[in-house]
Formats: sequence, C-alpha cells, structure tokens
Amino acid sequence: MPSANAPAVASIESLGDGALLLRLGETIDATSNRRVHAIAAALQAQKPDWLIELTPAYASLAVHVDVTALHGDDPLASVRDWLTQWLAHARIDTASAIAQSIEIPVLYGGDAGPDFDALAVHANLRATELIDLHAGGDYTVAMLGFAPGFPYLLGLDPRLHAPRHPTPRARVAAGSVGIGGAQTGIYPFAGPGGWQLIGRTPLRLFAASRDSPSLLRPGDRVRFVAIDAARFAALDEHSR
Amino acid sequence: MNLDVLAPGLLTTVQDAGRDGARALGIGLAGAVDGYSLAVANRLVGNPTTAAALEITLSGPRLRFRRAATIAICGADIDARSDELTLPGWRPIHLRARSTLTLGACRRGARAYLAIAGGIDVPRVMGSRSTDLRGGFGGHAGRALRAGDGLSVGARNAPHAGANALSIAPWWIDPEPDLAFADSIAVRVLPGRDATAPADALHAQEFVVAASSDRQGLRLHGPPLHLADRRECISEPVVPGTVQLPPDGQPIVLLADAQTVGGYPRIGHVITADLPRLAQRRSGQRLRFIPVDHVQAARANAQQRARLARIALAISARPFHG
Repeated sequence: MPSANAPAVASIESLGDGALLLRLGETIDATSNRRVHAIAAALQAQKPDWLIELTPAYASLAVHVDVTALHGDDPLASVRDWLTQWLAHARIDTASAIAQSIEIPVLYGGDAGPDFDALAVHANLRATELIDLHAGGDYTVAMLGFAPGFPYLLGLDPRLHAPRHPTPRARVAAGSVGIGGAQTGIYPFAGPGGWQLIGRTPLRLFAASRDSPSLLRPGDRVRFVAIDAARFAALDEHSR
Repeated sequence: MNLDVLAPGLLTTVQDAGRDGARALGIGLAGAVDGYSLAVANRLVGNPTTAAALEITLSGPRLRFRRAATIAICGADIDARSDELTLPGWRPIHLRARSTLTLGACRRGARAYLAIAGGIDVPRVMGSRSTDLRGGFGGHAGRALRAGDGLSVGARNAPHAGANALSIAPWWIDPEPDLAFADSIAVRVLPGRDATAPADALHAQEFVVAASSDRQGLRLHGPPLHLADRRECISEPVVPGTVQLPPDGQPIVLLADAQTVGGYPRIGHVITADLPRLAQRRSGQRLRFIPVDHVQAARANAQQRARLARIALAISARPFHG
C-alpha cells in the first residue's frame, strides 16, 4: 500500500546512458522539492547495488547508475522498472527527512552588499525593512550546484524577488549573499556571478579539507541573522 | 618529491577517473576528459586504470625525473623528447634517473595523458585525486601545475629499476576505434528531454568546435538550432555528455568538469563511449551527431569496456621488450 503522502513522480526519464531522472514537477515550489529530498533519503537508505549517487534538484532527482553492475541489452530499462515498482510500494515520508537547521550570520549592505541600496529602492523598502524581510525568512536548501557548496534557497519573500544583472559581475566575493529572481543563495567562492548582492557572511560555505566540506546539505533549513561589521570581523577571523 | 615541473605547459592537471559521490553537494566529477586514454596509459605502466596521471592540454610541460621511471603517453599525438630521442605514444617507456621529459605541442588531438608507474601521489580529496579547477581543490594544490612545483610518484615495484638507460617498448596499443583524430568525426547521441525544430536538426548538420571550449564543455558553432517548445526551464541535473542549447542556438556538450545542475534545455546526450573522441576535438575541427537508441548505446559502451579489458590482458602478457 502506498503511504498517505506517497510522492507523485510524474515521470522517469533517461539522462544519457548512465542516469535516470525522476521528475516531480516543472516549477520551483516547496512541495515538489520536499518530495525530492524524501525520495533521495529513502533511496539512499535502500542502497541498491547499482546506485552510484543521487543529484537532487528543485523538482527532479538524478539517479546515477553503475551500468557495469547490470546485465541485459538495456541496463537502464531494468533500473527504470525497479524504480517504478519501488516508488509504488516504498514508504516515503516527506515529513521525516533528516535536515539540520543552520544559522548564517550576514553583514547586510555597504561594501558587503553592493546591490543592497538599489534593491531597497527597487522593492520600495527601507534598509531595515529589507534586512528584516530577508533575515526573517525560513529557508530550505532546495539544491546545491553552480559551484561546489552553492545553495539555492527556497523561501524568499516575494517582495524581495529581483532580476539577475544582465551582465554578470566579473568577481563576486566569497560569502556574498545574493538574490536571483525568486531565489536567494550564497557564493562559496570568489568568482563571476550575476545575482544581486545584498550582504556577506563570514562563514566558509565550502572547504574541501573539512570532514564535511559543504556547510549546507540538500534539504537543510537556513535562517539568516543580521550582524554588524565588528561581529563580521570577529567571525571572519575565527573561520580562517 | 621525485618529479620537478620545469615548465608547466598550457594547462596540465593531475586527474584520475573522477570524483563520484558528492554531486549532491554541487561537486562535479572532474577527472580525465578522455577517460579511455587515461585507462590505457595506466595499464601500460602497470597501474590500476583509475590511478592519477597528468592531463596535458594542447601544449605540454617540461619535467625532470629524479629517479628512474616507467611512463606512457596516450591520448593526443604529442611531441615528446628525452635525451634528444623522440618518444612515441601508446607504449611503455623507461626513463633513467635524472631524465628530462619535454612535451611539446599536440600534433593531433587536444589532450595527452602521461601515466607514471606508481601513479601521481597527491592526497585523495573526497575519494579522488582529480583536480577540481572550479572548487580549487584536489590534484596538486587544487590548480594546474606551475613551474617549480614538485610531484611525488607512488612507490611500486618497478620492473625495470635496474636499467639506467632510456628504453622504448617495440610494441604499442592502437587507439582506434575509440579515438578518432580526423578533421570531421561522428559521435553517437541519445535523445534529450527537449526537442529541436525540425526534430532532426542536431543530426542534420556539421558543427565546428569553438576556441572557447574547455574542460567544462565543448562549445559548438553552426547554423543556430531552435527548440520545438520554448518552455521555461528550471535547473535540473546534467551529466558529462549532455548537449545543452543556450538561447543563442549554439550547442554546448558538457565534458568532465560539467556542473551538477544546469538550466539550459537539453537536446541530447553523447554516449559514454564517444566522450574520449569529444575530448580530443580541437578548435576549428568538426563533428556530426548520429542518433542512437539506448540498446545501441549500451552495446557500444560494453564493447569499449571489452576492448579495454582485452588491452589490459594483452599488456600484462607482454614483456617490456617483447
């Protein structure tokens, strides 16, 4: 019997000759994304022999398959059949996905957020209102991508939605907090980027040498906390 | 340190078979763009196929070996010299201690692989010795080699450690049919989620490789392609081999440094067995896409794995001077 909140997988598509893609929707929405993480957790726990790894995205989940562990003319077709059966019978609970809650301190505006003032004008908000709206949000890491450890966060207040820059900046500082359309995210590395930058965190989002290289994992909950320049400097020193 | 980098070449990086298991964190595979040539080069020097080697792009480094070493150079046909001797590819070569190896221009193909018996000994980061250039980790200091760098080679029982002279095996491995260096080649492609209009547009024309191509993707140039359905795309997983179509209508085939998710429409996926051919395309060269189905793709991939297994057997049965 499928469980009460069995995920609605719209389709299973191939993604080249070594992966399948489970599609749960076509839009950026919290419901589809919660299902992605719940299926990923259940499949990870199941550990089929042929599973290499999973790539969760907004409304889809790539299942990377070790085709050398399989037989037959079309190894991916057998995995597709297995997944279809599994999805029909597995108990996948979207409420029970294990996620950590992380607070991210942010210095808003000034040099740390070169687009802050323009965004406040664009959104017709005072600086304090903008900070309250951004820091008051309850965010979920929908997926990581673009660069190692770059989180795409769901949960941005619609009043803060803002278009990307038509021409990306050549260099965005590491830790920059940006807004791109309906999403907010944090640049783990210095590099080019087109999002509107409203602040910066002193935390290291990604460090390959750490046991857990990425500060954030798919499905994690995130809250931003506004800090001042002195606190930024102290935390920045600490995380070096 | 038993290997000194005297000159780095254009873009020389430490690469192995790639980094699985961290795509959920936004970490792509990296690894050799031409995994086939890496595997053969490793086999030729007695390494596991997944050992770390140097990937050399278009123009090679000058290296000094402090100790005697067995090497093999596969992939692109590259100008290679040591002790005033020209060194051929696709076979084991024994270099004496204090040799200088000078790798020049790639004459055919774009990427050469230098495997050294024992493998390049850099720390594993998240299970792999590959350089992640975007993340700045793995390989040697997370970056391409520079003059003055020193590399360590893994310890192993070198079968020719006694011979203090340069020697070249008289036999070699034929890279055909897994690599193809002609000016125009064909690669096999599976359908993607997004259709072009007309439906066969990807297969109906030749494309020219653009100079802006890199480890992340092969950028192609041709008459612009159009989508059958211009839907709004949200970011979805992509893999090496995925053919993306940005708004300018010029396709990009993702390679080893593919990002984990991408927002462009996907109009096809090049089969795994043909990624080595893509890796060897140079700017200005041409390619065509031939449509295949999943059964054909699986067969072609299995055949390539079988050829690699036969090559490994043949090499292990072969004395160095046989």
